[in-house]
Amino acid sequence: MDLTLNDAEAAFRDEVRAWLEANHPGTEPSGDEAAFTFRRAWQRQMHDAGWAGISWPKEYGGRGATLIEQAIFGAEMARADAPSPANILGLVMGGPVIMAHGTDEQKERWLEPILSAEEIWCQGFSEPESGSDLASLKTKAVKDESTGTWRVTGQKVWTTFAHESKWCMLVARTDTEVAKHKGLSYFICDMDQPGVEIRPLVQITGESEFNEVFFDEAEIPDENLVGGVGNGWMVAITTLMNERAGLGGGASVALTRDLGELIKLINERGGGDDPLIRQRVAKLKIGIEALRLGGMRAMTAQMKTGIPGPEGSIGKWEWALLNQELTELATDILGPEGLDRSAPWTYRMLRSRANSIEGGTTEVMKNIVAERVLGLPKLR
Amino acid sequence: MRFDFNDEQREIKDTARSFLADRFKPEVVRELAEKGTYDADLCRQIRELGWTGIAIDEAHGGQGLGVVELATLCEQLGYVAAPVPFLANAMAGLVIEAAGSEEQKERWLGGIASGEERGALGVVAGGRSLVADADDAAVIVLLDGESASLIERGDASVEAADVIDATRRYAWVEASEGEPLPGDAAGALDRAAVALAAELVGVAQRAMDMAVDYAKERHQFERPIGAYQAVSHLCAQMLFDIEEARSLTYGAAWAADAAPDELPLAAAMALARAADAAWSVTKSSIQVHGGIGFTWEHDLHFLLKRARVAGQLLGTAGTHRERVAELAGLS
Repeated sequence: MDLTLNDAEAAFRDEVRAWLEANHPGTEPSGDEAAFTFRRAWQRQMHDAGWAGISWPKEYGGRGATLIEQAIFGAEMARADAPSPANILGLVMGGPVIMAHGTDEQKERWLEPILSAEEIWCQGFSEPESGSDLASLKTKAVKDESTGTWRVTGQKVWTTFAHESKWCMLVARTDTEVAKHKGLSYFICDMDQPGVEIRPLVQITGESEFNEVFFDEAEIPDENLVGGVGNGWMVAITTLMNERAGLGGGASVALTRDLGELIKLINERGGGDDPLIRQRVAKLKIGIEALRLGGMRAMTAQMKTGIPGPEGSIGKWEWALLNQELTELATDILGPEGLDRSAPWTYRMLRSRANSIEGGTTEVMKNIVAERVLGLPKLR
Repeated sequence: MRFDFNDEQREIKDTARSFLADRFKPEVVRELAEKGTYDADLCRQIRELGWTGIAIDEAHGGQGLGVVELATLCEQLGYVAAPVPFLANAMAGLVIEAAGSEEQKERWLGGIASGEERGALGVVAGGRSLVADADDAAVIVLLDGESASLIERGDASVEAADVIDATRRYAWVEASEGEPLPGDAAGALDRAAVALAAELVGVAQRAMDMAVDYAKERHQFERPIGAYQAVSHLCAQMLFDIEEARSLTYGAAWAADAAPDELPLAAAMALARAADAAWSVTKSSIQVHGGIGFTWEHDLHFLLKRARVAGQLLGTAGTHRERVAELAGLS
């Protein structure tokens, strides 16, 4: 048992830290469009220095970092409060899926522009009638046998960055006759075509990170099918596992930083003599440390087995809860001032409501823990 | 960076687990608890395995291993709610070793390590202290705020306490004055807190295992009750609580051995979380079991009561959290 970094790991941390200190792009501009442009430039800068594909193998232009190095990198990014790269969905989901299931031509075509943020990716999974029950999705893809082109009709929702994206990871039904998990296929759909209409959805924060996307006979050439017809569910599951693993990165470090800010706020404004406030702060401190240590245990296990275990679901659940409780406490401390729309903590409090929904709801995380870790029977 | 047991630690854990599963079957624990006694032969076997001196240095007759190894044993002993005078003796050993004078160590650690002349440890609260296994200890360590003192058994008033946890013997201890420990008593107590937290993790793990097994077997409305989310999510919450407590406890055990500067905060976090987890998991386990879990004939109440009493032996979870708030920088 050793919870410290060895010399090589510490040297890597110092390298990342020094690079971030020298290259931090500063504060993100306000406004969705300006912020996105800023993040795109930041990703290009990261890519030029070889950091964008930290977890990608070297043969695909990545850094080929070990799990520990990836964790250190995530932690240093959070510590420096560096913005996330623009093409986050391409980096943590799209790229890994192409690497795992794509043909040589597909790798050649798509991987490099993901890393450089030249082409942004979005994820077309959820639909209005298919949320947690993803496999029930209805968007249909039909192949024109004479031309080999697929035509897609249906609606996707919660599509983050659809309006900025060139490519959509689209799961569509290609066979209605077989069991729901078996009739799906995974496509990479060009968003820049007449059959695709994007309508922004305004969130409770007032921003628009995500969209509704309507497909009306949108065209996808056959060479954009990934993993073969009928294998869409299996390919999609790979992406979801990567998404959850990708979320873990610097979560506890960001929360540690936020709790530090909160403690400073309390010490400045008063309220620290209230035993209820003190207990809430302590509970957050304890939860954040448990998340950090749990992440280290999970990573140690993953180094042995090679795959992220279902225990990662506990971390996702834990993180959502902590971020929500932390931002609630901060706005409680601010009192009436915390009701102001422009207060940063207030924005964070509102944004955190999504944490227990996005990337798999807390209820789904509990199902995964119950069924796959504890071995309890499925109701379905 | 590696957050896992090494081979030797894993062997200690596996040996302890199979030894305890074989010796402390539920019917044995029940019989001892109902009689309010320990089994002399089982106590002797544990002494012969060298467990009593596992974290005490070799010069004083111990095995010279660390708090990680001790915590491993405490967790496994908690898992079976073993009726043995182990924890209080181990905690007294940690405190005397960390804060005692050379003479005090020389005088007491040998007996604690061999288990032949045991120690016990309590926290002064309102005049008298509830101390596990004080009645036939040779020496009792009492902590009062930042200071600690040693009291020979004969110099203390020790009165058997009839507390709800029947798997261990407890006594009310009062003593006018003892011999002060010259070292950092608060720091020494942090090491004891880790051992206690580990026991609580074991208690919680057992209660969860029982709930999960029962939820798989028990059928209502033609289905195992574990298929209903009202039940399965309760079980998932148990694992959540236990894994948080376990991560913090082993993190603190590591700090006790390798990063003493981090120990005060780590120990307070671990014990606060483990005490809460043991209580919430044991009470949820009774809920999952329904009516049978509320009966004397079912074994769960031994775990619930152990969780309740052990969770307060060194102060309540709330007092440990107050310490966390202070160490986290709240002025």
